Amino acid sequence: MAAETKIQNYNLNFGPQHPAAHGVLRLVLELDGEVVERVDPHIGLLHRGTEKLLEHKTYLQGLGYFDRLDYVAPMNQEHAFCLTIEKLAGVEVPPRALYIRALYDEIGRQLSHLLNVTTQAMDVGALTPPLWGFEEREKLMVFYERASGSRMHAHYYRPGGVHQDLTQSLLDDIYAWCEQFPKVLDEIETLLTENRIFKQRNVDIGVVTQEEAIKWGFSGVMVRGSGLRWDLRRSQPYGVYNDFDFKIPIGKNGDCYDRYLCRMEEMRESVKIMKQAIEKMPDGPVLETSGKVSPPRRGEMKASMEALIHHFKLYTEGFHVPEGEAYCAVEAPKGEFGVYLVADGDNKPHRVKIRAPGFPHLQAMDWMNRGHMLADVSAILGSLDIVFGEIDR
Amino acid sequence: MSEALKELGAHIREALDDKVLDAAVRYGELTLRVERHAIIEVLSYLRDDAECRFDLMIDLCAADYPERGERFEIVYHFLSMHNNHRIRVKLSTDEETFVPSITGIFPVADWYEREAFDMYGVVFEGHPDMRRILTDYGFNGYPLRKDFPLTGYVEVRYDEEQKRVVYEPVQLKQEYRDFDFESPWEGMRALLPGDEKAKPADEPEQA
Repeated sequence: MAAETKIQNYNLNFGPQHPAAHGVLRLVLELDGEVVERVDPHIGLLHRGTEKLLEHKTYLQGLGYFDRLDYVAPMNQEHAFCLTIEKLAGVEVPPRALYIRALYDEIGRQLSHLLNVTTQAMDVGALTPPLWGFEEREKLMVFYERASGSRMHAHYYRPGGVHQDLTQSLLDDIYAWCEQFPKVLDEIETLLTENRIFKQRNVDIGVVTQEEAIKWGFSGVMVRGSGLRWDLRRSQPYGVYNDFDFKIPIGKNGDCYDRYLCRMEEMRESVKIMKQAIEKMPDGPVLETSGKVSPPRRGEMKASMEALIHHFKLYTEGFHVPEGEAYCAVEAPKGEFGVYLVADGDNKPHRVKIRAPGFPHLQAMDWMNRGHMLADVSAILGSLDIVFGEIDR
Repeated sequence: MSEALKELGAHIREALDDKVLDAAVRYGELTLRVERHAIIEVLSYLRDDAECRFDLMIDLCAADYPERGERFEIVYHFLSMHNNHRIRVKLSTDEETFVPSITGIFPVADWYEREAFDMYGVVFEGHPDMRRILTDYGFNGYPLRKDFPLTGYVEVRYDEEQKRVVYEPVQLKQEYRDFDFESPWEGMRALLPGDEKAKPADEPEQA
């Protein structure tokens, strides 16, 4: 008779530093052999107190912190904050600025999806996709730089528009990029979509039903992958998204593979939006011109005393937002990114709550992983599209 | 849009008469103010009623208003995908009073309630796992309260001699400056900054 063996569950620490953790995430995994029984994510390792800082900065100074939330698609976050301020302060945005915002929102979507799709492939063992994807990201970041002067932390959107106008040559270059990008997507797809290993690692892994998606507060690709036709750009359009012709790709099975397909398809739709935004972009100012929330142009300041005073006041005291509260959300690449702003009539917000899409998604790690193998943890984590900048705030 | 929300607000008030204190539409957003103890009942109704169907919890957060008697406000945001509208539900509480946890009806609230507890110290009664979530292991205080300083109380550094990270009281080389731009031009007030210093001397004369 074999000696009686005592079987014990095994606790495993995943992270805080792990290439598949997509940042700094500590997971405490309880394993029965190789099967995951329980996941306890420990987050907050990248907590920088953004919400506290925002209460101590003027609205314009605070805007820069939004770049640092989801740092792979910075401008989408800025958009949400600008929308909320504009709603409370009643600021009109000129049409050209709306089109520029739509264009750069979609660039942000490409940046985020390119990073997510390719690094998820890396998490399950493919090394080439990130190299190909990052080449395109690099080109997009150059477009960021040419518009705002910064590759990542753009600080480009402003309440009332965007900071600088785009040159025609930049628009031409973005258009040329749009022409060649679908071919690159085709190439990446040849590596992944029908790849046997990639499918084995993703199909039927991390299945989310429609009921579960709603119960756990999912948004973005996480609900569309399960077949719910929900996209804020379509159902609660902001900016000029009503003017564009695009489709909302949805999945069928709600597994990691469907979410991958959704993201690939969304990039193709995104290219269409970018092209339409460039084609339809009207001429005109890119920033609200009353001078109350946006600075006067440099040329005016040389001649006008009034303009000089406005400039000084805006960059020291900042503008005041009337008392009230508002919630505005945008369809960020990862899901619904919202800002709940309580203004008390001062030049600083009283309270800003940032609703990050990744927060409820990461919360779902526990039940999504139960019963899966240890190796699936990184596949599921990858398909959730986690960035710690926005989760830890 | 606003009209429809007003009607919805009236509909909810009618159904939950004594539990809803106020229903208002501002900036095109419907806000309900509810009794603290009735929150689960109200949210269950909002989730199940055919005209509401707010079954997707978007957000839960707290906010601090130190000047009020019950200083904290808990703010819930809900979305209905079926009817494509949103709602905000608010209740108030103070440091000592527990708020009923809604994790039983909305499991997604779990981490959000932990965050509100972590940041403001509001305790949710019936929450399965009321731990801190975003702050450091062993953190003291509630950082988003208005009386918590921006710089915090402790700082960490790596100590070469002890070969570990040590916690020390925060030392500022210069006082943190929170610039207060009182503007005498916009929103002119009877009292200019500095005037209050002149007051005490004047008062005895008037008396």
